[in-house]
Amino acid sequence: MKFTFISRPSVAVGLATLVLLFVCAQCPAQFTPLTGPGSADSIPQAQLIQPEELVHLLQATGTGKPLLLQVGSHLLFDEAHITGSVYAGAGSQPSGLQQLQSMVASFSKKKFIVLYCGCCPWNRCPNLGPAFKQLHDMGFSNVKVLYLANNLGADWVAKGYPVERSH
Amino acid sequence: MNAVTSQRTARKAAPGPEEGHSRLFALRRFALTLLLVVACLAAGDTHACAATSLVHKRAPEFVRTGLDHKRLDLNAYRGKVILLNFWATWCAPCQVEMPSFVDWQKKYGPRGLQVIGISLDDDPALVRSLYSKLKLNYPVAMGDVKLGDLYGGVLGLPVTYLIDRHGMIQAEYQGEADLGKIEMQLQLLLPSR
Repeated sequence: MKFTFISRPSVAVGLATLVLLFVCAQCPAQFTPLTGPGSADSIPQAQLIQPEELVHLLQATGTGKPLLLQVGSHLLFDEAHITGSVYAGAGSQPSGLQQLQSMVASFSKKKFIVLYCGCCPWNRCPNLGPAFKQLHDMGFSNVKVLYLANNLGADWVAKGYPVERSH
Repeated sequence: MNAVTSQRTARKAAPGPEEGHSRLFALRRFALTLLLVVACLAAGDTHACAATSLVHKRAPEFVRTGLDHKRLDLNAYRGKVILLNFWATWCAPCQVEMPSFVDWQKKYGPRGLQVIGISLDDDPALVRSLYSKLKLNYPVAMGDVKLGDLYGGVLGLPVTYLIDRHGMIQAEYQGEADLGKIEMQLQLLLPSR
């Protein structure tokens, strides 16, 4: 039986490419996560809140609702943000931390605050670590940080959780 | 065997130059599709195919003014393979990728690759500073909500699209993508030497 449609070299090239792809898929991750106080990984596990948990909190009636602060990009905030959240400045910028400080200055130190960003994968986020530290240093004792493994789009918007846009 | 069957058999046995060319083209398309599927399956951690809404669709057109104050019109690059990268100065994985994009622009530019960067920063001054520091050799413009919406809502960085010579999006990468896979796929989109 003759196979004239696909020549032998084509088959060889195709197979070689597939093998290369699978080999590449097994390569170790090429990026190293941020470490130190600037990393979101520096935030204690106990201070994290999962998206599902926050959705329940937001749906609940009563006074248990947190103050929701986005501490990442203003442009991404304008595109979409968690319903009811407020932009509080980029945690990676001194001006952003100043904005955060001013925003919470008048609140009780026991105020329930949830920070979130979602600009990048969790361990690459430059904003959450400094923002959390800022509130901690100011004496806020009831601060949680929303854990978004990949970004706001994948871990919140795509799941149909409540979002709104800036007008 | 009747005459029609006989003709078909003869055609299969001895393809002419045009038929051989179209088969080669079909084979390349098949190989590219297969590669994209395999890459999607293999790259579960990089979201290479997580949001496939724009893949195999025409790339949304846009016109912006670049950092160099020149007009940046996506449509003007039709006929080239475009690597469209959404990034920001605060995005660490973006900055890991960008030196490779600079290298690829040098290496594959003569074969028809054009890298285009869209920054989602709030402050253009930071972008200009990093543009110089990284010695970017491709046009960069500031993005906005409208542009993000055009591309389905860019709600996390980096995001990179590979657009073929006909203006169709052939691949989308979200998050920390495997640069080896992007390079392999863009090579397939470039014309043969």
